[in-house]
Amino acid sequence: MSQHTARFVLPETRRAYQSLLERAAQHYRERPEANAVIFVPAGNAPHRPITYRAFFENAARYAETLRGIGIGRHDLAILVMDHSEALLYAFWGALMLGAIPSIFPFLSDRLDPALYFERVRLLISHSGAKVVIASAQYADSLAALNSGVPIVSEAALRPSEGVPQFNFEVRGEDIAFLQHSSGTTGLQKGVALSHGAVLNQIASYSAAIRLNPADCIVSWLPLYHDMGLIAAFVLPLVQGIPLVLISPHHWVRDPKVMLHAISQYRGTLCWMPNFAYNFLAQRVRDDALEGVSLASMRAFINCSEPMRAESHRQFAARYAAYGVRPEMLATCYAMAENTFAVTQGGIDSLPNIDLISREALSTQHIARPAVAGELTVEMLSCGVPIPNCEVQIVDEARQPLPERHVGEVAVRSDSMLSSYYRRPDLTEQALFNGWYLTGDYGYIANGELYITGRKKDLIIVGGKNIYPQDLEAIADKVKGVKPGRTVAFGVEDEQLGTESVVMVCEVETDDEDERFEIARQVRMRVAQEADVTLSDVYIVDPKWLHKTSSGKIARNVNREKYLRERNGRP
Amino acid sequence: MSAEIRDVVRTFILNNILRRPDYKLGDDDSLIKGGLIDSFSLVEVQLFIEETYGFRPADVDMTAEKMDTVRMIADYVAAHR
Repeated sequence: MSQHTARFVLPETRRAYQSLLERAAQHYRERPEANAVIFVPAGNAPHRPITYRAFFENAARYAETLRGIGIGRHDLAILVMDHSEALLYAFWGALMLGAIPSIFPFLSDRLDPALYFERVRLLISHSGAKVVIASAQYADSLAALNSGVPIVSEAALRPSEGVPQFNFEVRGEDIAFLQHSSGTTGLQKGVALSHGAVLNQIASYSAAIRLNPADCIVSWLPLYHDMGLIAAFVLPLVQGIPLVLISPHHWVRDPKVMLHAISQYRGTLCWMPNFAYNFLAQRVRDDALEGVSLASMRAFINCSEPMRAESHRQFAARYAAYGVRPEMLATCYAMAENTFAVTQGGIDSLPNIDLISREALSTQHIARPAVAGELTVEMLSCGVPIPNCEVQIVDEARQPLPERHVGEVAVRSDSMLSSYYRRPDLTEQALFNGWYLTGDYGYIANGELYITGRKKDLIIVGGKNIYPQDLEAIADKVKGVKPGRTVAFGVEDEQLGTESVVMVCEVETDDEDERFEIARQVRMRVAQEADVTLSDVYIVDPKWLHKTSSGKIARNVNREKYLRERNGRP
Repeated sequence: MSAEIRDVVRTFILNNILRRPDYKLGDDDSLIKGGLIDSFSLVEVQLFIEETYGFRPADVDMTAEKMDTVRMIADYVAAHR
């Protein structure tokens, strides 16, 4: 791995380049034999180091093929692929052309394929996509959709025509790519990010994490999600930092693979959602870790779902013998609408823990430091805003609140979304005087951000965003469930370090067997249509659910009622 | 023999993964495709088999295709131990 120590200086991407392509072309020209990616295949197949030369020559085959069928600058390309080398090349191939790639969430082994492809068809039609790039095994199903756009897969690629062409006409304000979250609701909101915004994020975030040429990023994150796409794909490619990339499916089956990769490649940076700290602490045995050293790490960065100090403690205790030190545990608050990071903590010192009064938080919405004998809430700091990014806490009237007052978190920066793609209505709702209203509740203390909860109706499980209305729409269709009389919400799960998803459904029947069967059907439909595991389906009599004065199901009120009846556990 | 293994597997899943000992879990109920557990939990099943039956199932066998019911898991244990 001599490339790790190659001498080069991290550039200030904010000023030095017009587009991601200028920087990519520079790597291709100046460091062709350095490793861009080390691709870790599932199973025992050897790891595949991919040099910058090979990377962009492979990507160019996608670019040339797309160009050959009339795709060009500003055209949207939807990537319906599994986690693979081809996905990496297809994404950059579309970028090289000035087209706009968007990675569709992966098909899992329990999602209903027919519904999955139907969602692709809907996205093509409402987004105006010009082409779909598919993994070979999906090409026939996608062609059968008759969506009116060409389907390009690996088999149809042109042979390489020599030196890769990077489209240098691309300007900073051009859209680089879209980020979607999964599900019916998430697919309506394609977060459109410009080349300029992404370059700005990379510059600011690189400074915040003290990125340097000796770094090596190890990741198992899926690339359809901002944390995986930005922190563990676009950033390392653009900054010339080697990336060791593991398939998320592989990691789920065999979590130790990440720890072995860190040890083998002397990894320094790794991003994970909170649940992964618990998962790794609880599910890897010592005999699977022979010879492993994690001492090369600079930071394990916790991001994408509520962070828990307890998860950090478990992880640090479990891996202390393998070289993990508490100062390696870092925190981050991020969202696709800001390209990725908003704040970063724990790089130069341990992330702060704020012990606040439970009473003051719940009754006065104030994060007052707890006094002796008081019930407390342990808050883990998200750190401070990254450069060129501002964070404000606002009240319902969108007026700024003082320190330690809980309100909605608002963000303003030079790396924000250009729009929700082709949805000016949603863009207008989300922005206020240049501030993005995040839908998260939090407070600021000593300049550091703490997240206390969520205003928006969203459940986050293992870093994955789940919209409750999507699950309710699925349950509504199950025979025996009263349509419109279902609710989905999240419940904290301490052991797993994430949220559990619960559904409450009203039914007419009081036959126990029928009720059990309805619950079974709801679980199965939700798993196959949304890839979500419900920890409980609570079947109730008619009129159990509370509605708001405007006739909507009140998720929070019903959640509280459920917790009372279930004694606080799903 | 196999019925005995099925009961051990069922008890483990109910107590440790579902955390709902009273759930009526049939031998052929689909665990992953039926939405009862997610694929993350298969790592737990793998550790359980190793600790209880003294052999470690291959990582490539820990999939929704091969381990989706109590019966499939028990048959796998019976065939490999």
